[in-house]
Amino acid sequence: MAKHGRIGLPALLATALAVPSRVEAHLVTTGLGPYYDGIGHLLVTPQDLLPLLALAILGGLAGSDRARRLLFAVPLAWFAGGLMGLTRGQEVQAPVLTAITILIVGGLVAADRKLPSSGTLAVGAVIALVHGFLNGTAMSGAGLGLAALAGIVGTVFVLMALAGAWAVAWRSGWTRIALRVAGSWIVATAMLMLGWAAR
Amino acid sequence: MDRAAVPALVLRVALPVVLAVVASPLGLSAHEGGAAEGLLNGLMHPVSGVDHVLAMVAVGLWGAQLGQPAVWVLPVVFPVVMALGGMLGLMGVPLPGVDVGIALSALVLGLMVMGEVKPSLMVTAIVVGFFAIFHGHAHGGELPEGASGVTYSLGFVIATGLLHAVGIAFGLVHRWPAGGTAIRVAGAVVAAAGALLMWQAL
Repeated sequence: MAKHGRIGLPALLATALAVPSRVEAHLVTTGLGPYYDGIGHLLVTPQDLLPLLALAILGGLAGSDRARRLLFAVPLAWFAGGLMGLTRGQEVQAPVLTAITILIVGGLVAADRKLPSSGTLAVGAVIALVHGFLNGTAMSGAGLGLAALAGIVGTVFVLMALAGAWAVAWRSGWTRIALRVAGSWIVATAMLMLGWAAR
Repeated sequence: MDRAAVPALVLRVALPVVLAVVASPLGLSAHEGGAAEGLLNGLMHPVSGVDHVLAMVAVGLWGAQLGQPAVWVLPVVFPVVMALGGMLGLMGVPLPGVDVGIALSALVLGLMVMGEVKPSLMVTAIVVGFFAIFHGHAHGGELPEGASGVTYSLGFVIATGLLHAVGIAFGLVHRWPAGGTAIRVAGAVVAAAGALLMWQAL
């Protein structure tokens, strides 16, 4: 009986998965399409992911308290910048400014500079404002609105939480060095981005 | 977090996620054309040229021979200065003797490993940084038509860093007498290849 039970569970799961059901493949009916557009936009835009990752590491290297503050400050500033961007009506692209923001925060991670708490928050807020604004203009240009921005900001929060927690856990020993090396690679990428922008 | 669990976590969680992202078609990209193509080309480019591979691995081997802190300072210096060279190349700033510089990098770095030369950290960083400019200038801007420059750059830097890591990993055998000899032999092979490249460049 017990043996049948072990075999039965996978079979039951396989059957349940194979049963045809109503699939909400298109999100028109739910109205959540733009929200997922926002999530997808952030996840496939390295220009936003790189500074976000670097900010999370910067907060994590400074300890859990600093990481916690950045976890809330960055999404809030990203949202504020996004709201400003939504009012523009068309997409604004600023590759040089984007590269410079990545260069700054990546450089701070690589240098492992101990900034005051207000300094870390200020850096995080300004960079989040810039990228939020650019995201807002992109959403506005694509005819998407607040729901898309909510998707972006929600994803920013989740990624900040995951990467920040990882960085906090890794902030001592050789893993701290690995995080600093990652910061230097972010700097190198930003320098090449500057080159592409100037080309 | 249990520190011993970290590598397992990386293998079980981070690696599959990274592979899934790299392998995904990235159809939602709003800003860039050919993001996935750019990333894959950037990752493959440093591995596809023997000159670049030799120099990167030699930097890792040399770092492993030198120990702390060079073992992590060199993999920081090289990609950053290489990116500076790439930026100069993209901006159209000319750099004479790029091919000779790249060949010379394999030759000199190979000789350093072969002789187990241990200069000060500053001198080591200057030597590595000097050669990195040539590698960045030559390869940093070799982007296929239609691919994303941003993801190409990201892939290029990551692949370069991972080649250093390969060299460092090989270099870990340095702690055993036979391992030390093996690394010096590897340095001799790199130097010989560098001499051959130099012959071709001249």
